Amino acid sequence: MLNFFILILIYTCIYAFMSLGQNLITGYSGMLSLCAAGFFAIGSYTTAILTTSFGWSFWATLPIAALLSALMGVLIGLPTLRLKGDYLAIATLGFAEIVRNIINNWDALTNGPMGIQRIPMITIFGIKISPYQKYGFLLMEIIMLLICWFLFERLASSRMGRALEAIREDEIAANSMGINVTKYKVVSFALGAAVTGIAGCLQAEFTLSVSPGSYVFMVSIMVLCTVVLGGMGNFVAVILGAFIIQFISYLPQLIGLSNIIPAQAKQIIFGLILVIMMIYRPQGILGRKERNNKKAEKNWLLNKKEAINEHA
Amino acid sequence: MTDKELLKIDNISVSYGNIKALRGVSMNVREGEIVALIGANGAGKSTLLKAIVGQEPLVEGSISYDGEMLYEVKDKHYHGVPTYNVVKKGIALVPEGRRVFADLTVEENLDMGAFMLKDDALIKRKKEEMFDFFPILGQRKKQKSRSLSGGEQQMLAVARAMMSSPRLLLLDEPGLGLAPLIVQEIFSKIKLINNEDKVTVFVVEQNARLALKSSNDGYVMENGVIVLHDEAKSLLKNQKVRAAYLGE
Repeated sequence: MLNFFILILIYTCIYAFMSLGQNLITGYSGMLSLCAAGFFAIGSYTTAILTTSFGWSFWATLPIAALLSALMGVLIGLPTLRLKGDYLAIATLGFAEIVRNIINNWDALTNGPMGIQRIPMITIFGIKISPYQKYGFLLMEIIMLLICWFLFERLASSRMGRALEAIREDEIAANSMGINVTKYKVVSFALGAAVTGIAGCLQAEFTLSVSPGSYVFMVSIMVLCTVVLGGMGNFVAVILGAFIIQFISYLPQLIGLSNIIPAQAKQIIFGLILVIMMIYRPQGILGRKERNNKKAEKNWLLNKKEAINEHA
Repeated sequence: MTDKELLKIDNISVSYGNIKALRGVSMNVREGEIVALIGANGAGKSTLLKAIVGQEPLVEGSISYDGEMLYEVKDKHYHGVPTYNVVKKGIALVPEGRRVFADLTVEENLDMGAFMLKDDALIKRKKEEMFDFFPILGQRKKQKSRSLSGGEQQMLAVARAMMSSPRLLLLDEPGLGLAPLIVQEIFSKIKLINNEDKVTVFVVEQNARLALKSSNDGYVMENGVIVLHDEAKSLLKNQKVRAAYLGE
């Protein structure tokens, strides 16, 4: 039971990485992207191929995977980011499917549908971090996640974060404030892709094997769910969202009902969550991170009321 | 007042597909003036402003600012400064429909207006100036701009544009959808900006009377063509203008 809970936490961390990226792209810049699975796969396969065929250490593959994902982000971002809303979603979804099809069919590089097995375990200062001893792996993940989260928080409160918010609010106005809309969109897309790639590296090291079946469209949907559920534009919220989504998707196994409740049920549950959230709490569980204080607004309204009363 | 031409629009045309929205428009905005462009809905007024900030490519003609070529058509190809660089030249736009960043606070909106400034002390000073100039914004600086009234949002849009210390302020229908009293207040502020800060103003407006009363120079546009150009005072007395735009 406890072991199972740790497993959920490990997957939570992997999805938390992806939702940090998705949150930057969708929550901050307002672009509806559906290609998390694509960057996830790129990250996983980069680590898998470099460690098995070339004998690289995991830590060396990490920046390469991030860089490669970011590069892919720029490559698909430049032509597609001028698209809006649904159109961007369709274009990015297409990209994720292309990636999956390539890894499914490029036998020489990816070993096709068989995937790549026997990925060497992570070692740090000579200590093996085995996914079978889950605590060590979880600890490593949490440390990496904290670093990433800290960097993204810093980014969001920087000049670039402000530019992204302006772009989300109103592209035309942002443009006339002197914000290079295309540049910032592409950069945020690339950063989101990079961190999603890192999630892929961890996934490869946790399962110690990769196969195309793990990088299906459902992954992108789960990541989007995570962000919507937690709260767009709030990095803490999306990490919470990742936990809830993982918890729900493993709930049948956790309570020992996996024989009765089919695995597909979780797709129905995610669909329901999205619909219910959109109706009752579109801002997500925690909602957007506010930099202003609500108190000021209330005080002003109170003062105004008093002024009106005095007048009358 | 100097006679220096700050903005020179030379025989420009802009098309949307096969439809020509502007046909051979020429205008001059002299430094220190307030220039009004009036015209009916769909006359091409907003298109002209979009062309000035580089959002609509020209198919003919050129626009220069302070002696520097901003946009021109050479060998049938459009060359121009991208919109996000226009503000660095000293041109600020108050867009049609205000377009304030609704989910950001009043103060954050002003920060956005100062996006290309990097000196924090200067930004802070400019914000204080704006809060002095529009006291209502100062009172509500921590509130989301969504919660402001239409008039306050328009003031915020003007203040946001002023944050970049422009030499030329472009206003697209600042009176749109506002009560007459508020429109008057906004125009009096615009006059103050022109008088005290020495900012040249180019305003596009449907409220012809108020726009012309506040201006030095006036242009009248119909169907993408400038049909009249005169001193604003004379336009107010012009029979055709009175009949078509002042409802007399």
